[in-house]
Amino acid sequence: MNQPIHLRINGADYHLEVPTNRLLVDCLRYDVGLTGTKEGCSVGVCGACTVLINGQMAASCITLAVAADGAEITTIEGLAQDGRLHPVQQAFIDYGGFQCGICTPGQIMAAKALLDVNPNPTEQEVREWMMGNLCRCTGYYKILESVVNALKPGQGAKA
Amino acid sequence: MMEFQFHQPASLAEAFDLLNTYGDDARIMAGGTGLVLQMKQRLAQPGHVISLRRIPGLNNIEAAADYHGAMRIGALCTHWQVETSSLVQRQTPLLAQTYRHVATPRIRQMATVGGGLVHGDPNQDPPPSLIVLDASAVIASASGQRIVPVEKLFVDYFETDLQPGEILTSVLAPRAPEGAGTAYLKFLPRTADDYPTVSVAVVVTPGPRNVCRDVRIALGAVDVKPVRAAQAEDLLKGKPLTKANIQACAAAVPDLVEPLDDYRGSADYKREMAAVFTRRAITQALASVGKG
Repeated sequence: MNQPIHLRINGADYHLEVPTNRLLVDCLRYDVGLTGTKEGCSVGVCGACTVLINGQMAASCITLAVAADGAEITTIEGLAQDGRLHPVQQAFIDYGGFQCGICTPGQIMAAKALLDVNPNPTEQEVREWMMGNLCRCTGYYKILESVVNALKPGQGAKA
Repeated sequence: MMEFQFHQPASLAEAFDLLNTYGDDARIMAGGTGLVLQMKQRLAQPGHVISLRRIPGLNNIEAAADYHGAMRIGALCTHWQVETSSLVQRQTPLLAQTYRHVATPRIRQMATVGGGLVHGDPNQDPPPSLIVLDASAVIASASGQRIVPVEKLFVDYFETDLQPGEILTSVLAPRAPEGAGTAYLKFLPRTADDYPTVSVAVVVTPGPRNVCRDVRIALGAVDVKPVRAAQAEDLLKGKPLTKANIQACAAAVPDLVEPLDDYRGSADYKREMAAVFTRRAITQALASVGKG
């Protein structure tokens, strides 16, 4: 049972026809070709598949593509602008906020969502916000450092 | 996940039509966090999924003029909307605190108030707090609407009072009584985003000479549905709010619950913890009196 949907992904329009049981993570990766979004636990717990739907965080592994019809979606590929990395991306590089890298796109999308509503979070606020993004390499201190410093003055200018 | 037909009605009337046409083969979807998981695991295999997303007016939080100054929380409001709403924080801080305890920020930005309630999972955070606040669910169907106290909404394990053709459209949440203290405690021995091993919500109103004028206690994760501990409440009402009386009240709770053994604790352990956390919740609620 295919259904036509319209997604606005990272500022570009996509008119797709997808089976109703297509998950958003698969739609992004296989129908649109944006493989930056990763699938981890497949049950909405680990945060690897985090994208923004109309500015709100969503686990794309438990979101139906048809349910996102008409929505504005931001994925990791949408963060860099004009060849310049987003400050959060730059901070993850500068502070070594990743090890194997699988959880990184989700970590960065979650951090961006936090900084969009709270540009100057305390360390405790970052810890609480990021609790839904697991890192099996357990590289949490570096992730924390990256997010805390992402919007500090001077950060992001190094790109 | 099996394929299904996906419907996005633009009005409640249209949604009721679809529900009545497809009956048992249809499931309502709000945030989808519960339903999509059930469908992935093939615990639910509906032929028709009816999304409420396009129906206007279901995602507001407002003062309900017709209900003694209660708040009306639309069924499609996300947990995140509730915890960050200045109206909720001001009027019913217990609810803002409780919704903030659910899962992770990502899930709270997806999961809805109505969807969570009709999911009927006995481990959820909001029901105990809604029960002690004496909140009600507004349930609508093609033939009208009825108002059900949240306390009466849960019938059994993952089973609610919702009848075929009905949709939960909003929650009416009154303020806590004047002079009351409130608390929601969630015992989380495993991870911060887990369901509770036990959870307790308390609204307690002290009167003159520190006598307990009223107390309401409800627990989650200790039975097949949320539990109102009315018999424990009776032990404290009208008595001085001393350590010993609070202890006696809490000690009555284990006999009122029937927990399930699982990896969050054995039934016996949960029974004991139910008493411990009830005592702590009453104490914390009393400490919050007069602090908004």
